[in-house]
Parts: sequence; structure tokens; C-alpha cells
Amino acid sequence: MGCTVPTMTTIDSIDNGVNVQALLDAREAVRTAPEAAQFTWRSTTRWENGVHSTTTVKDYFGLGAEQNHKAPTTFTADHPETFAATDKGITPIEYLLVGLGSCLTAGVASVAQNRGIQLRSVEATLEGAHDIRGILGADSDVRNGFNGIKVTFTIDADASKEDIEALVAQSQKRSAVFDALTNPTDVTVDVA
Amino acid sequence: MPERTTTVVIGAGHAGLAASHFLRARAIDHVVLERGDVANSWRRERWDSLRLLTPNWQSRLPGHRYRGPDPDGYMTMGEVVEFIDHFAALSHAPVRTNTNVKSVHRTDDGYDVSTDRGEIRCRTVVIASGACNLPAVPRLHEGVPATVEQITPFGYRGAEALPDGGVLVVGASATGVQLAAEIQRSGRPVTLSTGEHVRLPRTYRGRDVLWWMEAARVWEERYDEVPDIDRARRLASPQLAGIRETLDINALCAMGVEPVGRAATVRDGELLFSGGLRNVISLADLKMDRLLTTFDQWAMTSQKDSDVKPPERFEPTRVPASTRLRLDLRSGEIRTIVWATGFRPDHTWLDVPVVDEKGHLNHDGGIVDSPGLYALGLPVLRRRKSTFIHGIEDDAREVIDHLTRYLAVRH
Repeated sequence: MGCTVPTMTTIDSIDNGVNVQALLDAREAVRTAPEAAQFTWRSTTRWENGVHSTTTVKDYFGLGAEQNHKAPTTFTADHPETFAATDKGITPIEYLLVGLGSCLTAGVASVAQNRGIQLRSVEATLEGAHDIRGILGADSDVRNGFNGIKVTFTIDADASKEDIEALVAQSQKRSAVFDALTNPTDVTVDVA
Repeated sequence: MPERTTTVVIGAGHAGLAASHFLRARAIDHVVLERGDVANSWRRERWDSLRLLTPNWQSRLPGHRYRGPDPDGYMTMGEVVEFIDHFAALSHAPVRTNTNVKSVHRTDDGYDVSTDRGEIRCRTVVIASGACNLPAVPRLHEGVPATVEQITPFGYRGAEALPDGGVLVVGASATGVQLAAEIQRSGRPVTLSTGEHVRLPRTYRGRDVLWWMEAARVWEERYDEVPDIDRARRLASPQLAGIRETLDINALCAMGVEPVGRAATVRDGELLFSGGLRNVISLADLKMDRLLTTFDQWAMTSQKDSDVKPPERFEPTRVPASTRLRLDLRSGEIRTIVWATGFRPDHTWLDVPVVDEKGHLNHDGGIVDSPGLYALGLPVLRRRKSTFIHGIEDDAREVIDHLTRYLAVRH
């Protein structure tokens, strides 16, 4: 729901496990009630030790009310030993790859469902090129973030290569994480 | 006492004049109000080098067509004005020039049209005041430093009037690519900010691409058959110019224009561009190929394959290995920003509650959501061809047919 709202009509004979009708209904509903479309996603990060932290995601706001996930999820972040850290979890910037890969994959499944394309397998491999001279302060001309991200999809489906390329293009067009990474976002950081 | 007539047509461009043609044919008493002269926007609101995107042979209005020596050429603005002027004279349209409509109100039995030259009461109104009255400029222009000059296509006449130095053209529709090419040729280095766009070759299999749009009946697709009408109506104009050459991003890059992503925001004097350029480019390439396949299938099934050259496919758009994501507007590199970000109609004078929060008329194929009120000349009004000159005839006939029936029932 956070990622993808496909276009066009449902084709019932195929099943990628996406409830496209619910998404189409939701799209109609929020057209007349835009306030219901206002969501707030939340996470809480607690410092453990060193560069190791634990983040919990359990609730969010949406459809005009507080909502709970079925169960809270905990994510561990750390840095690898090459950074002289304890490597208890993945690096924060790797979570961006997790977010982008899962969002685009959800998009591919939704768009495929909507276009009547049966998927057999979808795999996205992501690579983020990162020049760490930026975060180390070694060169002020080097940015802190990724220099670029490369996503490679391997898709097995009942569709032509062109139709598969169109799926992937459309999933980017409607992806929340793709947008958040490619376009600037206003970020406010306060001390409570 | 206010003047009375049956129908007031607002605007004497090709749409208003086509409405007048069919009103006259049905003997409906009417006037055509025009704020300036016939074909006013073509006369006064276009840049000097602009030519029509459609080839001359395609310039058709009811009972009037191009008969000159260059059917495959593209009209200059002067020639368009002459063409429409000639149509106005031929159809004896009752045009009142220099008459500005101030407001339109609903009355018990119709509408009250108030102009700077008096009031007119009528049963029905046809809004044909154009789809491109005002430039649509994104809010982010407010953050641009004062040292950078900002203009819209309304203020642009030619590249020579721009300051020397770099120019950022925002928008890669027909307007954006044409201005980018012209400005780059003037020696001012152009950066082109590109969001979603429509790529088309100028010619395909030896014919003008707009010949294909017409022959394969792509343009005939009706507004109530288009899968997503809102999207179809918002679609950017195709990357075409009134010349025989293709003017896509590959052509612009070959000239030295630098493409960047969609302009996202201005932060501390820096313009930030989307990193999604590659995606909008692959979307445009995929859609163009799909359209060309439609043409090929049509040629095959309608036995036209031998009339045209063999199918061809064009090189995918070459995206630079890395595009700039930020541009410091205080550095002096960019002296001018041209906002080629689209146009919108002006309906501020319309005091009838038929305009949505985005300024668009609520209408069903030109039948506006208020009895006796009609519209013509808006994008995909009744068909994909609606905003093209030759597209007005079918729309105007059907809308005036509806208006005629409405008057008959009300009598």
C-alpha cells in the first residue's frame, strides 16, 4: 500500500498474490477523501553501544487513525569489521537498498497482477556505489551518500521482454522509495 | 436592456470559429466574442520561429483546407493566422473583436455574459477560449535567486533577447525541446531538465509521424474509450518541431545540450534534479516503440505495407553515464531559466461552479456540468486529436449537435 498503486483493470485468471482490487478501491476512496490518504510511518532507534543500534517499527498513522502492525519488528544496524566495528547487523546505508529492492519488487508484482502477467520468479540485485571519503571527511568534494545505485531485475514471467521492461519502468514510476531516493526530501531533525 | 442572442461563443480561434460554422449551418443565432483579433494567441502569444507541428496537408477546418504549394511543410505563425482569418471570412462568422469577457453568470433561462462592451443574455455558451492561456510554472521558481532571469514561453520571442550565458530549459515537451535547440544554436549552452515526456520520430517508414497518427486512427480514440482520461489530458505534447528532422533527446545531445532529471526543488540557491532521468527516458522509449508497433500492425492489416518503407526502430535514447543532480544558481553558470512546464486555461471569469480545484473544467466530452454550457478546443475533449487544428471539426459538430438538441427540448 505504501509503495504501489497500479493502473488499469484486474485480470482474474492470474495470481501473483496481490489484491489489486483493494488497491483500486483505495485509489477511488482517497480521490474523494484525500485526508484518509495522509499516512505517517514511524520508527524508533535506540543506541546500543559503539555504532550498533536497534530500531523498532510497530505502529503508524493512516486512514485517519492510529494503526498497528501485526507484530513489532526489530532491526539491528551496525558497521562491518572493515570499519573497525562489531558487525552485529547491516550498515544503515544498506537499509536503503533493502527498502528500494523490496519496494520495486512489490511494484513489479502489483503492476504484473494489474496487467494480467503471471510471474514465476522475480529477483532484484542491488548495488550501491559508495565513496566513503565523503563520510570520513577525507575529501570535501565527495558526497556522503551513494554515487549511484544499480538495480538488476531477473524476471521469469509469461510476458515478452518489452512487457517485462515496461513492468519494471512502471514500478519505478509508482515507487515511494525510488522517489524518496531520487528526489530531495525535506528532513527536519530536532532535539526533544 | 442587455442584448439577447441564442448562443455566445467565447474566443475566435479555430475552435470558436468551427463552433460558429456549425451554429450557422443550423441557423442558430449567435455571436463570437474575441478579446483581441481572430486567432489572437497565434498572433501574440507565440515565439517568432514557431511553426505548426502538423504538416500543411493536415491543416483542415470545416470546408477549408490548405491548398498551397508545400503540402508537406509546416506553417509559420503568420501563415496560421492567415489560414484561420481566411476561415473566419469564408464562414461569415459574426466575430466581435476587441471584446473582453469579464464574467459569465447563470440566469433562470441561460447565461449572462458581461463584457467590457456591455452585457449579453443568451441561452447557451460555448467556451472556446483556449487551453493555453497561462503558463504553468512550478512553485519551486520562488526559490530561484534574483540574479537569474526567469521567463515563460509567453515572454520568449527569440534567443537573441536572452542574456549571454547558460540557459536552463525546464520541460522537454514540444515547447521545451524547440526552445532548447534554438537557444543552444544561439551559442548559449543549454541544460534541459527532463521529466516524463513523449518521444516521437518526425518521420517513420518515410511518412510524417502525424500521417501515421491519423491513418492508423490513433488520434480517433474517443475520450470515453481512453483507459485513463485524466492522464491522457495531462500528457505532455510530443517532442516534435515544425521541421523535417527529429528533435528528441538524442538530437539535442548531439547539439551539445546537457540533459538532467526533473527539477525537484531549490535549496539554498541550488537547484536539485531528480536522479530518475534514466527511468523517464526508458518509459518514453518503450512507449514510442509500442506506438510504432501499433503503426506496423495497422499497415499490415490494412494492406498498406507496400505503400510505405520497411519497419524501422530508432536508437534508444543515450543517457549520459552520469547526470548532474545539483546546479548552483548563484555561480553565474545559468543566467536564464525558461519554464517550458506547460500551460493551463484561464477560467477565472467563469462564475459558474464547473471548475475543479486544479482549474480544469468539469465536462463530459465538451458538455459542461451546467445546462447549456459547452467547451471546445481542450486536450482530448472528445478524441485524442481534439487540440489539433484538424481535430476540431468532429468535436465542434458533435458539441453543436448536442447544443441544438438542448435548445429544441427547452423550447
